[in-house]
Amino acid sequence: MIAWTIYLTFGGAVLLLLLPRAFARWIALLATMAGLALGTVVFVSTPIADLAHFATIVRVPWVPALGMNYHLALDGVSLTMVLVTGISAVSTVLFSWDVEHRQNEFFFWLLLVVAGCYGVFLSADLFLLFVFYELVIVPKYFLIAIFGSTNKEYGAMKLTLYSFFGGMFVFVGILVAYVNGGSLDLNQLSQFEFSPQLQSWAFPVLFLGFAVLAGIWPLHTWAPTGHAAAPTAGSMLLAGIVMKLGSYAGLRVAMNLFPQGFQMWSKWIAVLAVIGIVYAAAVALRQCDLKFVIGYSSVSHMGFVLLGLATANALGVSGAVLQMFSHGVIAALLFAVAGRMIYRRTHTRELDALSGMNLSHAMPFAAFTFVVATAASMGIPGFSGFAAEITILIGAWKTYPIAVWIAGAGIVLVAAFTLRALKLSFFGEKAVQGEVTTVTTLSREEFNPITIPEKIGACMLMLTTLAVGVYPKLLLDRIMPAVETMRFLK
Amino acid sequence: MSYLELLKLASPEAVVVLTALVVLSVSLVAERAAAACAFVAALGIVLAIVAVLFLPRNETLFGGMLVISPLTSLFKIICLALAFFTILLTRAEKAPRHPGEFLALVLLATVGLMLLVGSEELLMIFIGLELLGLSLYVMAAFDKTDVRSAEAGLKYFLFGSTSSAFTLFGISLIYGVSGATGLAAISTNLATTSVQPLLGVGIVMTLVGFAFKIAAAPFHLWAPDAYQGAPVPSAAFIASGSKVASFVVLGKIVLIGFAPVRGSAGWHAMVAGWSPVLATLAALSIVIGNLVALAQSNVRRLLAYSAVAHAGYTLIGFVAGDREGFSAALFYTTVYAVTLVGAFGVVGVVRRETGGDNFSNFSGLASRSPLLAGCMAVFMLSLAGIPPLAGFFGKFYLFSVALHAGANHSLLWLVALGLVGSFVSLYYYLLVLKAIFVDAASLAAGEQAERMRSDFLQRATVTLLAAAVVLLGVMPNTLASRILAAVPQNL
Repeated sequence: MIAWTIYLTFGGAVLLLLLPRAFARWIALLATMAGLALGTVVFVSTPIADLAHFATIVRVPWVPALGMNYHLALDGVSLTMVLVTGISAVSTVLFSWDVEHRQNEFFFWLLLVVAGCYGVFLSADLFLLFVFYELVIVPKYFLIAIFGSTNKEYGAMKLTLYSFFGGMFVFVGILVAYVNGGSLDLNQLSQFEFSPQLQSWAFPVLFLGFAVLAGIWPLHTWAPTGHAAAPTAGSMLLAGIVMKLGSYAGLRVAMNLFPQGFQMWSKWIAVLAVIGIVYAAAVALRQCDLKFVIGYSSVSHMGFVLLGLATANALGVSGAVLQMFSHGVIAALLFAVAGRMIYRRTHTRELDALSGMNLSHAMPFAAFTFVVATAASMGIPGFSGFAAEITILIGAWKTYPIAVWIAGAGIVLVAAFTLRALKLSFFGEKAVQGEVTTVTTLSREEFNPITIPEKIGACMLMLTTLAVGVYPKLLLDRIMPAVETMRFLK
Repeated sequence: MSYLELLKLASPEAVVVLTALVVLSVSLVAERAAAACAFVAALGIVLAIVAVLFLPRNETLFGGMLVISPLTSLFKIICLALAFFTILLTRAEKAPRHPGEFLALVLLATVGLMLLVGSEELLMIFIGLELLGLSLYVMAAFDKTDVRSAEAGLKYFLFGSTSSAFTLFGISLIYGVSGATGLAAISTNLATTSVQPLLGVGIVMTLVGFAFKIAAAPFHLWAPDAYQGAPVPSAAFIASGSKVASFVVLGKIVLIGFAPVRGSAGWHAMVAGWSPVLATLAALSIVIGNLVALAQSNVRRLLAYSAVAHAGYTLIGFVAGDREGFSAALFYTTVYAVTLVGAFGVVGVVRRETGGDNFSNFSGLASRSPLLAGCMAVFMLSLAGIPPLAGFFGKFYLFSVALHAGANHSLLWLVALGLVGSFVSLYYYLLVLKAIFVDAASLAAGEQAERMRSDFLQRATVTLLAAAVVLLGVMPNTLASRILAAVPQNL
């Protein structure tokens, strides 16, 4: 049943191309809500024991001569990611409710990205996974280049080319696995014993290819540029879900297929991850554009995901999956406030300019949302970010204690840049422009009020991060058994 | 063997020749010559396809001069289909001055294609090449009002006749060394004779002749001007039908005829033979084609350089050798041909409505004609290798076969080069799409800002081809399994 998330989203995408513009956003909303509903129903109704193994849902021959099958499967990790995709997709559509031009195309590309993400999370065939993985690349280009803002054409091209560049390495890795393993089926391949010598070079190629999309340092520079250039919905989806495609595929494919290669290289992944955490946080501290701050914070949080994956123990990897969920929600919330609530109304994202507007009085709901979002982003207990990061750090302590010390320093930097951004954007008291210091207090009437769809979307995201933060067992109960059966742990 | 039996076996070719003659007569008589001739020509092609379906399953005549097998029948149908779409495209272009003659030339070129595809004997292959080539030279130069058309025709002719000379020299040397002209017989004789330098010269000269035909670097210099200057239907036919048939023939020659002297193109295991030669051609084509395409500002010229690159990818399939490689290469070139005909269809419409085919003419196409813009997006992305389109599956098939072929991943260098080439190519295909979707309509296209009134026939053709590309991408088994089953077992 969960496969219908893919079909409904694709169907919605094609349908809204054919119907008049006024229907576009409603069809998009219906399609994404259907996807979320399906994900929730399956989440609630499937017994936890069934989610421990990567259980097949659909397996139909596709090109028998090459061993390609249309093979979908589900386990706890996939289900978590499907759920966060659903939540993020619905909120994305809600925050794009007021798109004025070319709505058909906008929601078409958006739904294509969502459908591709569902596909990657549910795929159990290497070729199928790669199809969905690459399918997401081109809609990203059009979303940003047509509907974006700052430097949109450059940002779009950079993001797309980087993604395809990573895809190149993935392609080589997949071909090597296929040719040596004789099969494209992930379940079959994860039983296959590749030679350690092959794994020693195939693993880094494959993992690096996936990690480019996950924003590994130093191949991360596409992320802040691209996400700042993207329209709000684009940034929410790209930073929230599409970056997780890389880390999920790294886990599902690279680490499972080449476990010995993973053992050889895990230290280096941890090193790059920790550098990414600290470096991105430090750079975020210097940014003048609010969206760039959030873009770099995404890279920093993805560093935590990669650190969790590199720990190679059940706790760290489960924490990484939880962080993927948590950051999907938090990034969506952050970009929603910065893009939709602030930029659409004030037409600026420069922190210096915003600090003179005293937005906490003018947009109280937005201020409240941003406080919640930044708290979650910093890892304040009670929100999902804390649950995820603490799990990762406990897992890392077992394998790489030094990483915990450095990541801890990174967390302090994260708090620093987040609080700086919060203060300057909403609670600033004066603006410094050149030599003149101006103080303005804009009243509520200056701006359009926060619309109902925006409020619904924001509340949905805030409640999710709160729920998972207060009761992470909800997700961890399903994630940990699935991780424990994965091959690289044995 | 009586002449009647021979005619039955050659019925598709005979039908097309007859159609060409009927078209010529119709053009003398009919009032609205263009429409009538196109109708007759299209009808003739359909009849020829039916005739192919009625051919026996397996038959070989005159030592390989006319071979009927599942592979030849399949590719005769594909070539006829490509000719059919080309004829539909002639309606899109401003009416050529002598429509009957133009269509007759297209039909005669199609006969050349069918002779090429249906032959496994060197002399007949050469006749097919010449028939095809001469028709195409005239088709390229057909627009007498455009100096670029004359340039295209002349360059194509000069290059083409020189490379025909190379091919002929090569063929005669091969005959001298092996003592036979039928491919199967050549293969048997080469297996027993010792390797001589003369054989090497003969192989290289033959391959050079074919490299020209498929526009592989460094024998591709005719392609940009031919693609850009020739009338749109001619360019579409050169890009599609001529390429498919040339690859089929090249594949048969190297895999059947030259099988004993294959050599190896593995990275640390190079052995002299035709395999390293093709690998070098492939590598050069991929690099030169993609790099020079980056600098283009005219869509047709960009398509020409991308054609060079795609010839490179297809050659990787031949380098891999054996059935799988041949089948992957044939699948890729078929998909490529369908995509190019569609792309040229869109180019033709834009050219007619805005007077040119530079990037600026394509600006804002998405607002003027969303259907054509969507179809062009499908074609460009399929060429770039983006799923779920046919080009992606084609590349996956090619690269997986190539990696499988060499022991210990010895062809990884070629696959990696192909992937880097695909990566570079995404940039320039996205530039075309950027002009179509992102850029606002520029001055050149501004006068046609209202919805483009394009013919129903053109829209239908282009949409049909785009749908075919998507279908072949989502369900590649329909074509891939047929080709794999048709390729002979003993390769």
